[in-house]
Amino acid sequence: MSNSPVLITPDNQQIVLQLDKINKVFNEGTPLANHVLHDVSLQVSRGELVALVGTSGSGKSTLLNIMGLLDLYSSGKLRIQGHLTQGLSEQQRTQLRSESIGFVFQFHHLINAFSTIDNVLMPLMLRYGKPNQEQTEYAQYLLNEVGLANYAHTATNRLSGGQQQRVAIARALVTRPALILADEPTGNLDTQTADEVFDLFERFNLEHQCAIVIVTHDPRLSARCPRTIRLTDGRIVYDGASANLPNAFTKAV
Amino acid sequence: MSFFNAITRLRNSLWIEWRIAIRFLAESPLQTLLISVAISVGAAVIVFITALIMGLQTNLINKTLGTQAHIRIEATQQHNNFSEFPDGKYVWIFENPRDQRLQTINNWQEVRDTLDQYSAFNTVSPLISGPAFATKGSARASVALMGIDPKRYTGIINLKEYLTEGQFSIEASDILIGYQLAKDLGLRTGDKLRIDAGDNHQSVMNVAGIFELGVRELDRRYVYTSLKQAQTLLNLPGGITILEIKILDVFSAEYWAQRIQKLTGLYVQSWMESNGQLLNALNSQSMTTQIIRVFVAMSVIFGIASVLAVSVVQRTREIGILRAMGSSQQQILRVFLLQGGLLGLTGSLLGVLMGYTLIQIFNAIDTKLFVIELETSMMLSAIFIATLAGVLAAMVPARRAAKYDPAVAIRYV
Ligand SMILES: Nc1ncnc2c1ncn2[C@@H]1O[C@H](COP(=O)(O)OP(=O)(O)OP(=O)(O)O)[C@@H](O)[C@H]1O
Ligand SMILES: [Mg+2]
Repeated sequence: MSNSPVLITPDNQQIVLQLDKINKVFNEGTPLANHVLHDVSLQVSRGELVALVGTSGSGKSTLLNIMGLLDLYSSGKLRIQGHLTQGLSEQQRTQLRSESIGFVFQFHHLINAFSTIDNVLMPLMLRYGKPNQEQTEYAQYLLNEVGLANYAHTATNRLSGGQQQRVAIARALVTRPALILADEPTGNLDTQTADEVFDLFERFNLEHQCAIVIVTHDPRLSARCPRTIRLTDGRIVYDGASANLPNAFTKAV
Repeated sequence: MSFFNAITRLRNSLWIEWRIAIRFLAESPLQTLLISVAISVGAAVIVFITALIMGLQTNLINKTLGTQAHIRIEATQQHNNFSEFPDGKYVWIFENPRDQRLQTINNWQEVRDTLDQYSAFNTVSPLISGPAFATKGSARASVALMGIDPKRYTGIINLKEYLTEGQFSIEASDILIGYQLAKDLGLRTGDKLRIDAGDNHQSVMNVAGIFELGVRELDRRYVYTSLKQAQTLLNLPGGITILEIKILDVFSAEYWAQRIQKLTGLYVQSWMESNGQLLNALNSQSMTTQIIRVFVAMSVIFGIASVLAVSVVQRTREIGILRAMGSSQQQILRVFLLQGGLLGLTGSLLGVLMGYTLIQIFNAIDTKLFVIELETSMMLSAIFIATLAGVLAAMVPARRAAKYDPAVAIRYV
């Protein structure tokens, strides 16, 4: 990112993600205009594990997509690892995304045409081409970590839902990103599998010190995150320790 | 083969795009197979039709040019000379056309030697040709006396190949006559024949061989003898009337004819000028095949484009994932361009094979008709063009894939 604005100072070096009055309006300037996010400001530091909660339609996915540079915001400021993202070209956004961010989606979203280990390696292959031995070994190590050591060359559509989600997590980690964004990663898993997957997030959060933002509807899981951010109608109504989250909120979910 | 080297290099620099493209194609095998077959049928039709028409035309040209020179050089025609007209005045002239005596080419040896220098010409052969009567007993026939240099003339018409009886000899009083003439006059090899060229120039000749060129007119009129004999009979000692040329590239005949005309100031005519109708027929044939080729190619291109357009929609979610995994728009674009190119490549490889088989079958059915040859350069260019067409066809769908909004594409189910 040589010619993009760099904003790393000793103070905010630890800040992975910084949003300042982010607004999002879909179909801006048309009769269908839909103001989904209102002045959203927040910071996520290195090593944090954050739950993003809210009712359906409150704008969680929209916010996550903006954080991950998958979507554009309408106004405000967004910094990822100090890089101001305003005015970046599509190519620069892609590069920043591939260097700093890993995604995990609700429906595991693997590419069925490739084997398990190739799916894990995909972010690296897209960036560097043919993987070298070190990269392959790291991917295999991550597969071991998520408990799929023997499935490296299995077709992904032979795996169960929980297994596929674990592959997706390994894939999100393979670039050693500073930030992992997970949109309802346990949304379609049974309770036990959901717990196992969440265990993985917790472990990697501790071991690799990567910041993780998880969108979830499951109050048990959000309670396991030290910090919770709550959205209502596109506004942050709570941002703080999960333990202090007002009871009224947890019930509403 | 540099074409395949280029593909290998492309594969290395576009490693991941190449892999994704291959996997995507392999993941919907039926779709890939169907469109490949469609492409290959199109390619086979193009290859077969092109080769067929080329074979047909080559055959026609060979047949036509087998018994004639590509370029004929003659002395300029006789015309009336007029004194300068006074300026600003109109002059009425009553002109009688001149009689055209047999005209010899001045310094023909020099002209021949000059033309021998050009590597574009296979043969430059002198010929003295004039009218005469052939008589045997009371039978008479008007013939064209052809005095040739036997060594050089072989390059124009290889008479030995056309001999049906006797042998190739025009030494001393030996002559070669056509098979129609032999029939008309009741002649066989070894028979005597009187040649009368007028003005009391006549001689009794010995029929050494009989040829059949396959052109009635020539088989009836041509009587071959040596240069010297013909010169004596036609009373043109040392002279010739025509220089004939066989050229390497038959279609450059007109170009060379004009150059020689400028160079020598003589009257020069190419086969293309004297066979205008044949050339016309060949041209309209080429145009027809061209039109067929364009339409077949168009349907192939649209076929590839529509299959890829469907595939892009089917792959929406995967495109979204790839974008989220950090792929650039260009990479997505290249994945689909490559798919188009690969479809074109495999389809045309298959098609060329099919076309080749068709041609072999055609050649095996009736060898007497004519033989179609399939040139390697033609096959390679067909494959190259089809691959390029595949990439081009993929342009529109590929651009659409690259432009997908990743946030929207990911939600797609
Ligand atoms: N591409 C879009 N165009 C227009 N409106 C959109 C688009 N995407 C989302 N929206 C709207 O934005 C609002 C927030 O949607 P979003 O998906 O962010 O909610 P969410 O909190 O993730 O909900 P859920 O819990 O159901 O996933 C909704 O009203 C939705 O209709
Ligand atoms: Mg959502």
